[in-house]
Amino acid sequence: MSASGRAAAIGRTEAVAVQRRGPLPIRKAGSYLLLTVVSVLVAFPLLLALSYSFMTEFDIATFPPPVLPAHPSLDNYEKVLATIPIGRYLLNSFIVSTAVVIGQLITASLAAYAFSFLVFRGRQVLFFLFLSTLMIPWEATIIPNYMTIRSLGWLDTYQGLAVPFLATAFGTFLLRQAFMQIPRELWDAARIDGSTTFRFLREVVIPLSRPALGTVAIYGFLSTYNQYFWPLLITNETLMRTTQVGIAQLRFEESLRWGLVMAGVIMVAVPTLALLVLGQRQLIRGLTAGAVKG
Amino acid sequence: MRWTARDVRSLGVGLAYLAPALFIFVVFVFIPLGRTFYLSFFNTRSTGVISTFNGIDHYIDLVTSATFRSSLLATGLFALYTVPLGIALGLVLAVLLNQRLRGISVFRTMMASTIAISAAVGSLIWLLLFNPSLGLLNYVLSLVGVRGPEWLIQPTTAIIAVAITTIWLTLGTNIIVLLAGLQGVPEEIYEAARLDGARGARMFTRITVPLVSPSLFFLLVVDTVAVLQAFTQIHLLTRGGPVDATRTLVYSIYLDAFQNFQFGFASAESVVLFVLIMALTIIQFRFVERLVHYQ
Repeated sequence: MSASGRAAAIGRTEAVAVQRRGPLPIRKAGSYLLLTVVSVLVAFPLLLALSYSFMTEFDIATFPPPVLPAHPSLDNYEKVLATIPIGRYLLNSFIVSTAVVIGQLITASLAAYAFSFLVFRGRQVLFFLFLSTLMIPWEATIIPNYMTIRSLGWLDTYQGLAVPFLATAFGTFLLRQAFMQIPRELWDAARIDGSTTFRFLREVVIPLSRPALGTVAIYGFLSTYNQYFWPLLITNETLMRTTQVGIAQLRFEESLRWGLVMAGVIMVAVPTLALLVLGQRQLIRGLTAGAVKG
Repeated sequence: MRWTARDVRSLGVGLAYLAPALFIFVVFVFIPLGRTFYLSFFNTRSTGVISTFNGIDHYIDLVTSATFRSSLLATGLFALYTVPLGIALGLVLAVLLNQRLRGISVFRTMMASTIAISAAVGSLIWLLLFNPSLGLLNYVLSLVGVRGPEWLIQPTTAIIAVAITTIWLTLGTNIIVLLAGLQGVPEEIYEAARLDGARGARMFTRITVPLVSPSLFFLLVVDTVAVLQAFTQIHLLTRGGPVDATRTLVYSIYLDAFQNFQFGFASAESVVLFVLIMALTIIQFRFVERLVHYQ
């Protein structure tokens, strides 16, 4: 499939439905019923967390286990705010994730530009070098990386949380695909007009590639915000914890208060769920970029 | 292949654009990978400072260690329970979502919602569901006459519990990728198959599955790598227990490096992890990709 064909296939939003002869109303109702039941089942753990976040510990301990709160209240949310500095955790996560997004957008668009518009010897080799980082599991390098961050004195710092992730091979690849769809004629015309290489990137390539940049940004944000292992390793001070590590601490408290944990879970998940609803198209584009053979 | 002044200059310009990303990769990916190999031949103090050369003794210790063998087994079982089932379930749900109906996007968002859910959040929710007295899972099982196990306390069910949690966490991604694969199939192909009398299960196995096989293969590779790297679920649900039943390779690395401070030994385990992931990916590309039908 050509690059443009791929884009069309990915951009297509409506389903190619499996047509059945004579869409009977009953059959349609059956489809809706099945879809509803299955959707609720898949989202059930999440819906249950929401419901539990409004329950008292007393309700939670009743048998059979309740599904809906008998006496809905916001107590758990107040208790979360009183028990852990969740505002600070959210702030930390937002600072680190935003820094990673900005860094990745810069490094990936510069690199993708070199891999798409610039012609130089060794380009192919360097491109494969970039792609090879996708094959190296982060966990296999985590010990030396921990030592690097420690020797830099970056434990419990924002730079320690963000800097290792400022480059992205996946994002570079995605942007390169997008840049390659920009007509070559624009480049030739710009050269004739005496535009510099960098100005062409800034004034033509970047503005024309907003959707792909959006995809890279959403991915960078989600994957950084949802990190657990790395922040767990390199933060010790409570005030430098990120959201994921912070709420997980509730699990290791002496008395496990489930309503409290679930309220924390909801507070931490809301930003990413909002991102899913707002940026669904970008997310889908990113996920499918690798799956369809080019 | 002589280098002209122009070649050198254009390479210089290219490298200038690549420099920021390359710098990060060199410092945080390539050099650390080399250092992992290097460290695996040494003993370290608890601070991580290299003390004595150890040759291949760490590797010999690994091969002869029962803990290591059980951790390979746990890793294998975990992958085996998680990947095929997760992809199959994703395919069934994607087919269900691939209908032209009003409001279908609401269902798609609901089923894809786990994309946005972090492993930590998902694990905490499932920790509650698996709870033997408070959790709904065993209550629902008891309604159909099954006595639910103490999921996280028995070795055989603990790994299943971690696998279930992981399947749920990856379901959103699997659904989206497969749905896009299904939507890339031209409708004429279904139409032609229907004229030839294909229906239901036959249509599914003969037409749908081959046509989305590129997506299935992509998920096989990506999901396998992801499962081999899973940490959060294990840390929050079982901490590698009970009796090492969920102590996968990655969790072993964590315990040996950051709880026991044996960085040299843990580096040898990291090398094994790296080689294992490489080998599995190569095998998948060499042998499984043959079954893939590219249009």
